[in-house]
Amino acid sequence: MNASVFPAARPRPPFWRKVQDRLVAGCSLLAVAMAVGAMLWVLGTIVMRGATVLGWDFLTNPSKPYGLPGAGIANALLGTLLITLTAAGMAIPPALAAGIWLAEFGKQSRTAAALRFCANVLMGMPSVIVGLFAYTVIVVPMGTFSGFAGSVALAILMFPVVMRTTEDMLRMVPDTLRESGLALGLTRCRVTLQIICRSARNGLITGVLLSVARVSGETAPLLFTALFADAWPTRFASGPTANIPVLITEYATNSPFESMHRAGWGAALIITLVVLAINLTTRILFREKKA
Amino acid sequence: MGIRRWSDPTFRIVCFVCAAVGGLLTLAFFVQLAAASGAAWRAFGLGFLVSSEWDPVAEVFGAWPAIAGTLATTGIALLIALPLAFVSALFIVDAPPMVSRVLGQAVDLLAAIPSIIYGMWGLFVICPLMQTAWERLGVESNGFGVLTAGLILALMILPYICAVMRDVLRMTPPVLREAAFGVGCTRWEVARDVLLRFGARGLLGGIFIGLGRALGETMAVLFVAGNVMEAPHSLVDGCTTIAATLANNFAEADGLERSALFALGLILLILSFGIQVAAQAYLRFTGGKRGER
Repeated sequence: MNASVFPAARPRPPFWRKVQDRLVAGCSLLAVAMAVGAMLWVLGTIVMRGATVLGWDFLTNPSKPYGLPGAGIANALLGTLLITLTAAGMAIPPALAAGIWLAEFGKQSRTAAALRFCANVLMGMPSVIVGLFAYTVIVVPMGTFSGFAGSVALAILMFPVVMRTTEDMLRMVPDTLRESGLALGLTRCRVTLQIICRSARNGLITGVLLSVARVSGETAPLLFTALFADAWPTRFASGPTANIPVLITEYATNSPFESMHRAGWGAALIITLVVLAINLTTRILFREKKA
Repeated sequence: MGIRRWSDPTFRIVCFVCAAVGGLLTLAFFVQLAAASGAAWRAFGLGFLVSSEWDPVAEVFGAWPAIAGTLATTGIALLIALPLAFVSALFIVDAPPMVSRVLGQAVDLLAAIPSIIYGMWGLFVICPLMQTAWERLGVESNGFGVLTAGLILALMILPYICAVMRDVLRMTPPVLREAAFGVGCTRWEVARDVLLRFGARGLLGGIFIGLGRALGETMAVLFVAGNVMEAPHSLVDGCTTIAATLANNFAEADGLERSALFALGLILLILSFGIQVAAQAYLRFTGGKRGER
């Protein structure tokens, strides 16, 4: 073998390589510090500004136009709860079934690949477009903005997330469980519902709760559907319904008054706390050990 | 035995119908937006894409200001967030298990904060800061604009990109890294020459995920972009994005303007569809290992 085929490597002094390495290490520490610092900054601002208005009255009185005393956010809280729960009721059962189909029946078939692809596309769909869609499909035919239309929009956002998590969770259940169930003479239906779903229960609950947390702070679709009203959500199915995200938008952008801004911060604090609380508890209670 | 005979086929069909709903929904989005935007396309043709006039009184509409604003803010967000996300992911992967777990959770929580919170924070905290910063530099600005929107977007998409990159980097076989350390590579050399190349496709997928989120983000941008219907020429210019235009103008629009807004929606849908296709293509090899996405 001719040595000249392999020219001697250009010498790279270890000193510079070490300096380079340290520099990158420093940068990455800085980057992490910046990301965490930004998170603390955001949370800190919300807590500091939001905590000043929090109180029993704020949480139990309905919102009122500027100037009236004793305004709160209770109607928006209730509205958000109604809208989100209705959305969950509409989206979760079919999404679980869809996930079951992908994991248990569709598997690697072409139809399953196509539907999986569609679910991924739906998951990446900008929420504002879902709002537009719900507007034309629900608001226009009904002739009125309504909390129900908001629920439909949020349900469309939840559906693909729950569907894909369900599939991923069911696929992690070993085939031996399926086989032993079938060998006992159970039907496919019972094996899936009573054995497979039960053993993947924690994962399914995690997926569902995280998707609920995710849509409960969604704002853009509600601007097109639920809108806002200074009233208790009694006309959930037939009229604009108060909700927290749109309340924050209204108070922060369309109002010049300091007291409205403060109420907006209070509402922001509440919704952030709720979202983070759902996230933390699900992660702590139900998270399976990651491989 | 009756119930045994029909329960399985029924179960299977019910499940299939539910799964098919996802496919039908995706189709319905395209059909509905295309139908609702028909009037605008007929009136302006493909020139709609490049025309920068938006005049509701004269009923002349063009998409260019919104498209340019979307591209500018997304570009800035990616420029800022990408390097930060990559080095943070490196740090998280290399850190001791305890630190790595806590930071990983923090990143996931950061991703869970609703975007309206970032928008509000941007409006009341970052905009005034930007205003004073620009004034120190002698530039006239009200604090709203392309750069501010880009910054907020960067902060928003950072956790998404970082989470995907972290998962991709973790999938590199340990033996590859150990071999590289064995021949005397520094950590950075291992990251650059081994991890980066092995996970290139997955990392690209992560970039596309972040890109998709930045493109379609509404609330964070709506609050801080300034909502000016003009294509931005500099970093301090106020701008708008497709999503922000939709949220801002839809309620008051009717007739041709509403149709033009639907056309904007269709453009956004096609953009995000293209990005999703790319993201899926690149992420396929890590599929299933990453639960929530």
